[in-house]
Amino acid sequence: MRSLTCLACVLMLMGLAFWAYRENYATQAAIGEMSQVQRQIAGLREELGVLRAEWAFLNRPDRLRQLVDLNFDRLELGPVESGQFLDLDHIDYPKPPPPSADMVTDLLPETDPAEEPQP
Amino acid sequence: MIRTPLRPLARILRARERGENPDDIEAENRRRRHEQIQDRARRRAEGRLIVMAGCFMLAFGTVAVRMGTLASSAAAEPRAQVLSSQIISQRADITDRRGRVLATNLLTHSVYAHPHQMVDPIGTAQGLAEIFPDLDVQRLTRDFTGNRKFMWIKRKISPEQMQAVHDLGEPGLLFGPREMRIYPNADLASHILGGSGFGSEGVNSAEVIGVAGVEKAFDAWLRDPGNEGAPLALSIDLTLQQAMEDVLASGMNVMNAKGATGILMEVETGEILAMASLPDFDPNDRPRPLLTGEPSDSPLFNRAVQGQYELGSTFKIFPVAQALDLGLVNPASGINAAAPMRIGRFLINDFHNYGKELSVTDVIVKSSNVGTVRIAQLIGPERQKDFLEKLGLFVPTSIEMVEAPTGQPLVPTRWPAVTAATVSFGHGLAASPLHLAAAYATIANGGKRVTPTLVHGRQRPEGEQVLSPRAAAMAVDMLRQVVTRGTARQAEVPGYEVAGKTGSADKPRAAGGYYENKIIATFASVFPASDPKYVLITMLDEPSTTINGTAVRTAGHTVAPVAAEMVRRIGPLLGLEPITDEILPTITARFEPRVEPDEEAAVRLVANQ
Repeated sequence: MRSLTCLACVLMLMGLAFWAYRENYATQAAIGEMSQVQRQIAGLREELGVLRAEWAFLNRPDRLRQLVDLNFDRLELGPVESGQFLDLDHIDYPKPPPPSADMVTDLLPETDPAEEPQP
Repeated sequence: MIRTPLRPLARILRARERGENPDDIEAENRRRRHEQIQDRARRRAEGRLIVMAGCFMLAFGTVAVRMGTLASSAAAEPRAQVLSSQIISQRADITDRRGRVLATNLLTHSVYAHPHQMVDPIGTAQGLAEIFPDLDVQRLTRDFTGNRKFMWIKRKISPEQMQAVHDLGEPGLLFGPREMRIYPNADLASHILGGSGFGSEGVNSAEVIGVAGVEKAFDAWLRDPGNEGAPLALSIDLTLQQAMEDVLASGMNVMNAKGATGILMEVETGEILAMASLPDFDPNDRPRPLLTGEPSDSPLFNRAVQGQYELGSTFKIFPVAQALDLGLVNPASGINAAAPMRIGRFLINDFHNYGKELSVTDVIVKSSNVGTVRIAQLIGPERQKDFLEKLGLFVPTSIEMVEAPTGQPLVPTRWPAVTAATVSFGHGLAASPLHLAAAYATIANGGKRVTPTLVHGRQRPEGEQVLSPRAAAMAVDMLRQVVTRGTARQAEVPGYEVAGKTGSADKPRAAGGYYENKIIATFASVFPASDPKYVLITMLDEPSTTINGTAVRTAGHTVAPVAAEMVRRIGPLLGLEPITDEILPTITARFEPRVEPDEEAAVRLVANQ
């Protein structure tokens, strides 16, 4: 009985040692992976910064103005004027065309098929 | 302890008498003694074992507890602190109020040389001079062939230039990473942003430090890693800023002015939506400060914040508003406006003679110096001084720029009757246009003190009430009449109810006295008058225009039309609904319109989040 307990203890000790050994290497691998991910994040952030800078540079008001001037024939864009402000109820919207069958199903996806839409 | 002898004489004698073997007694005693020794030894050994076991228990217990805490506590990256500083760039971005980038960082490289490691110094010098045309071949050759061990070649190079230098294949040329500050909008809002430069510099990195404007004022904040890269959101709106600079530039051109300034401020919060000073500069390539001549000749000079100008008739509303507040006059009270008026040995004159009497409203509408002086005399110098101080016209503005303290108003040290008189119509006290904006905002805000700020959404205590709301409303109403029927008729913009006051002040000479034909033309306005929301200050430095063959310089003809154009452009951008009398037909909807939920433009989300 005594030697059996001893054997069990030794086996358990070996098992635990192996587990600790594996855990140690797993931790080191995780740290390595983490630093790689962080490097990747840093790289991506840097790229993001470049893209943001580029976006801001391409959208600088000066350039937009030039583009608007260049494309005036097609777009006819000008500064916003005070006369362009209206309340919604002053606008005479044309009645939309009656929706076709497949459009109705597109627009009302949650409607119960049993419930017929009003004609 | 009493040691028992092995052969106690008494027992031996007794045993001999009885005929027993006395040796038994000795054996018996010897056995007992051994037992005692054994007991002692066992106890000691047991004690040692217990101590040993305790030590082991303690050691393994410690390990177990440590493992337990590690297993049960939240997972934390053990090296995060070290690496996160590298992840977030060393200087935070600056954005406008809607998150559009005004300043950001870009990683570039610097190139430096180790001449002692060079293979072909002369060829390298020639190659470098080809890549960078501003480098001198002779100097490079001299440096490379001398006995220098290290030299910088370029602080910032583009990727193309880097590749070209790389292609030279010279082992003595080395690159170091550099974080570089860029301002994508070039000279837009340049005075506000200021600029940046390199601080302490090493091969592997260089410190980016702000040198002026917001960049310097928030230097510590922008570099603080504790903010985790959060950008600094200014109160500026890029679109409005562009519109303002556009209009100012064309106004400056048309009116032949030397410089121009505009400030647009939100009345309720004191946030500055746009602030421009022309001429301006490109913060990506900040010019050197002038060493000689007037500072205002340099494009670096921020007229809006640093300029100290006598702002002329725009000041007239202050004594009038104060007199209304104190109940000394009401808008219809008659004021003796007979010009000229004598104070001591000085004569105070008007542009025109407005006759014997003007109502208080007309004093403002017609901009009568004499009338204003009479009102200021009713108030008295002490109260007048006190009120101007409460409006913040005696101390530098608290705006978050390093240049703010240089905009210290020039306040007369003594306050005799003549000073009190001239200050009432804006001469003798020089303040920056920003001071004027804050003071007008205070009037427009129902008399509650407004302090300017450049940071969006800052929580600040409410300002002190320096003027009763009733007096403030009357003052705004008078300003409105200046535009509808007074000196600023050219500033009228249909739909936006501009209320404002012109000011044409002679420019002081550096040597003393005033120039004959150089003026500072200012238009300080508030709009819309019925519910003041924005303050707009427009100023032209030395404008002049010709009307019917005669040169005209007064603000009403020079700066007022520029201000009107500005309101015309800016009003719709602010989302202000024009106030019109026109009645539009109301059309009943023929169907229930499906209104899209208000969403941010998808493009902007991609760009800035």
